[in-house]
Amino acid sequence: MPGLVMPKADEATMSRRAAIVAALQAIVPGEGVVDATNEMRVFESDALTAYHQLPLVVVLPQTVAQVSLILKYCYENNVKVVPRGSGTSLSGGALPLEDAVLLVMTRFNRILEIDYPNRAAVVQPGVTNLGITKAVEHEGFYYAPDPSSQIACSIGGNVAENSGGVHCLKYGLTANNVLGLEMVLITGEVIRLGGKHLDSEGYDFLGLMTGSEGLLGVVTEVTVRILQKPTTARALMVGFPTSEQAGQCVAEIIAAGIIPGGMEMMDRPAIHAAEDFVHAGYPLDVEALLIIELDGPAVEVDHLITMVEAIGRKNGATTCVISQSEEERMAFWAGRKAAFPAVGRISPDYLCMDGTIPRKELPKVLAGMRELSEKYGLRVANVFHAGDGNLHPLILYDANIPDELHKAESFGADILRLCVKVGGVLTGEHGVGVEKRDLMPEMFNEIDLNQQIRVKCAFDERHLLNPGKVFPQLHRCAELGRMHVHRGKVPFPDIPRF
Amino acid sequence: MSTFNPHSEDEIVEIVQWALSEQAPIEIIGQGSKRELGRPLQTEHTIALSTYSGVTLYEPDELVLAAKAGTPVAELEALLAASGQAFQFEPMDYGPLLGRAAGQGSLGGLLTTNLCGPRRLKAGSARDHVLGVRVVSGRGELFKSGGRVVKNVTGYDLSKGMAHSWGTLGVATEITFKVLPKPEAETTLVLRGLADDEAARAMAIAMGSSGEVASAAHLPGNVASRVIGGTLQGEASTLLRLEGFAPSVADRAEMLKKLLASAGTVDTLSEDISRNLWREIRDVIPFADGTERPVWRVSMAPMEAYKLVASLRMGAAVDAFYDWQGGLIWLRMEGDPEAEAVRALVAKYGGGHATLVRASVALRAALPVFEPQPAPLAALSKRLKQQFDPSGIFNPGRMVAGV
Ligand SMILES: Cc1cc2nc3c(=O)[nH]c(=O)nc-3n(C[C@H](O)[C@H](O)[C@H](O)COP(=O)(O)OP(=O)(O)OC[C@H]3O[C@@H](n4cnc5c(N)ncnc54)[C@H](O)[C@@H]3O)c2cc1C
Ligand SMILES: Cc1cc2nc3c(=O)[nH]c(=O)nc-3n(C[C@H](O)[C@H](O)[C@H](O)COP(=O)(O)OP(=O)(O)OC[C@H]3O[C@@H](n4cnc5c(N)ncnc54)[C@H](O)[C@@H]3O)c2cc1C
Repeated sequence: MPGLVMPKADEATMSRRAAIVAALQAIVPGEGVVDATNEMRVFESDALTAYHQLPLVVVLPQTVAQVSLILKYCYENNVKVVPRGSGTSLSGGALPLEDAVLLVMTRFNRILEIDYPNRAAVVQPGVTNLGITKAVEHEGFYYAPDPSSQIACSIGGNVAENSGGVHCLKYGLTANNVLGLEMVLITGEVIRLGGKHLDSEGYDFLGLMTGSEGLLGVVTEVTVRILQKPTTARALMVGFPTSEQAGQCVAEIIAAGIIPGGMEMMDRPAIHAAEDFVHAGYPLDVEALLIIELDGPAVEVDHLITMVEAIGRKNGATTCVISQSEEERMAFWAGRKAAFPAVGRISPDYLCMDGTIPRKELPKVLAGMRELSEKYGLRVANVFHAGDGNLHPLILYDANIPDELHKAESFGADILRLCVKVGGVLTGEHGVGVEKRDLMPEMFNEIDLNQQIRVKCAFDERHLLNPGKVFPQLHRCAELGRMHVHRGKVPFPDIPRF
Repeated sequence: MSTFNPHSEDEIVEIVQWALSEQAPIEIIGQGSKRELGRPLQTEHTIALSTYSGVTLYEPDELVLAAKAGTPVAELEALLAASGQAFQFEPMDYGPLLGRAAGQGSLGGLLTTNLCGPRRLKAGSARDHVLGVRVVSGRGELFKSGGRVVKNVTGYDLSKGMAHSWGTLGVATEITFKVLPKPEAETTLVLRGLADDEAARAMAIAMGSSGEVASAAHLPGNVASRVIGGTLQGEASTLLRLEGFAPSVADRAEMLKKLLASAGTVDTLSEDISRNLWREIRDVIPFADGTERPVWRVSMAPMEAYKLVASLRMGAAVDAFYDWQGGLIWLRMEGDPEAEAVRALVAKYGGGHATLVRASVALRAALPVFEPQPAPLAALSKRLKQQFDPSGIFNPGRMVAGV
């Protein structure tokens, strides 16, 4: 693993491997424990394929009781645990550790209840994101957050990463669409948060769990909001001579109170790669292309399309095509949706970054990326959730050229530093994992990070769940708990008080 | 007995460090507008943040607003309105219900009590719109979390962690929110004379349609007479709010009228009346009676909530109305708060939570104001509190006795 330092494997745990395997087999009989090296290979990395590591052992429980017993055993025996859903994480969140049990949740694949009057679905965490929509679409419903990986990724993984998708601009992220969770703490205790009702009676643990990257607890059941599908959807494809104009167009659409169902931007390299691949009919003479989808009642969609078209023209659009059929709408999206594989065709390897910036900073950040691209001698193509400022720069490299992965990673880190510098953040939806772990100090100082780790301490004070992820350094909870209190004087005695 | 009125983050840090060194518990208040809410406190010292006020960032094009925690919400709403924008989650104002003036809440109080309103169904609550916070913890340390952008999964979401923490985890000093343009048009459809269970079914049909209903409430007859100056004429009224661009609102209204035709005639309220109506529902005006008669705020699954009210009515005199498709019950008791009965029924009908939002000091001190949690969850809450405020100096006992 180039450059990445993971927590030192615990020799004592490794030497107890046989006993640990036997204990897990007693909890999950039959096929539920995988300990043969060749069978564990499929689990050795997630979608951040640059990194791989065989786990100590893999366990695939099927019941909450089993999860509880596994965690309790690991807690009592001081064994680390890495939870895993479908393994599509792009940040290495599900990367195994040599001395940790890999807890795979894919056998939790049942839809438990669909409740249309209360607009909720109760599902097990291994159900795929798309699986929820499939289960309710015959009634005209769907589950709104739609990561591009939705065929494969699990809802448990979505909760752990607070995943987003094209639709999130209008319908919110995972955090805004999850109503309840059942989870198991590392001690084996089962906790239920929320349900079909709204909001919490106490602290917002649902909010803390969403995006916690498997470090706080193992999700064993998820209650999500389901929504009625909009009756119509139409898309516009709008091309601009400069990214500034495209950015201004986005800002004006939103300022006019229009929240499109999706609003995506691509830069010239991404447009060309996608067009060569899927022949979506994209204009090749523009610097920036927007795909804007409006959904809702037909009357509303028609009304808004006219408004958006006018805003586009006003901002100097050189192409503006409105979909006239469902096929045409799908064609507009085909290029955007195929952007990653399209880039995969023009380069042996690519890294997908995930920073978010204030929208107005887009031209500055794109210019900065061009400079960095020259400096590193690597190409970069940009696809961009334009409505919410979430960038996905794809850095093109060739892993067979010595040191090029390292160069690509440094380029990526510089892009993220630039995002933070203009008021943005390191990751919009893919998570910190191991990939951005060591960049956390770019955004947070030690006090900020320590307070986050203290949340971890409230859930898992021995740091047994998914260690080595998210935090560059995991201080011991006892150490973080110490207080240095200075005997103080009454502060500013001269200011007025009541 | 001191009240501190800090003017800077440094001063807030200094006050907390002093309180720590004295082991002196301290109450955090914004404008103090919700002091009658939650368990009463008996701390010797107070940090009053009303002097720590002011907008620090407002970029209408970027839909982002940041302000110091003591800033009055009313001031922020006026600022936003001048640009045609608003907090989409429509924070309610507890003032009238608690017998205080309206418009006194602060931004810090808004987040730490996780305010919302009738648009909760579609737009969420404060927790769904907060982007970032700066907080002084009970360790006397200033930390930040989140940022100013909507898409952000960098580290734990401590901004949401502060939501509904009632000043027990730390002093929020500055908060950043997402804001949105106000809808261009609005109307409300009114179904007449439905019983509570019929209303729940009608609202479920409407919410499950493509009508994009922003709010759905049901006012039984005696409550209906107490809003918008009696315009609803004391007849049970089931209310569906539609918002958006004018042609879309008109189209959806027609669609819903057809869909709900079997429930009787459907009236339409004009825009102004609709706005006032939902503000009054938001602020629980039907129960803003200047008394201390106990009021519960109960959140349940929409199709279960009316069953609780029906059961309760068999044994006690209660007045109730529903928001959030029926899932939020505002419940006023004639006499005793009947805490055990209310909570037993919440548990019986699918779970949820009941908060005693109004009652005399004596009752609030004697009863669990917030829904008691099962042991493992209560223990987790205690551990979280411990990690933010190890000496227990902030608002001791505000949420749970002993925490
Ligand atoms: C081609 C492709 C496109 C993608 N597009 C998007 C996109 O558009 N938007 C987006 O947001 N993401 C996207 N992703 C990233 C990824 O799909 C999401 O992060 C997804 O939510 C991960 O789900 P998973 O089930 O694969 O989780 P895994 O990769 O298995 O795990 C991810 C993290 O969740 C934890 N975890 C998993 N299950 C549980 C559980 N039950 N309890 C507790 N912790 C758990 C793991 O420990 C790990 O930290 C994409 C990935 C790929 C490969
Ligand atoms: C100096 C002073 C003394 C006062 N004394 C009294 C009095 O003795 N009796 C009385 O009835 N009224 C008193 N008031 C009036 C009253 O304090 C205000 O009306 C009230 O503070 C405003 O309410 P709020 O919406 O800001 O939320 P509050 O009611 O202040 O707070 C709601 C909840 O949020 C928490 N909270 C608020 N702000 C923050 C924050 N920034 N960070 C973390 N948690 C927060 C609170 O601790 C509380 O749990 C006093 C006001 C001042 C300025």
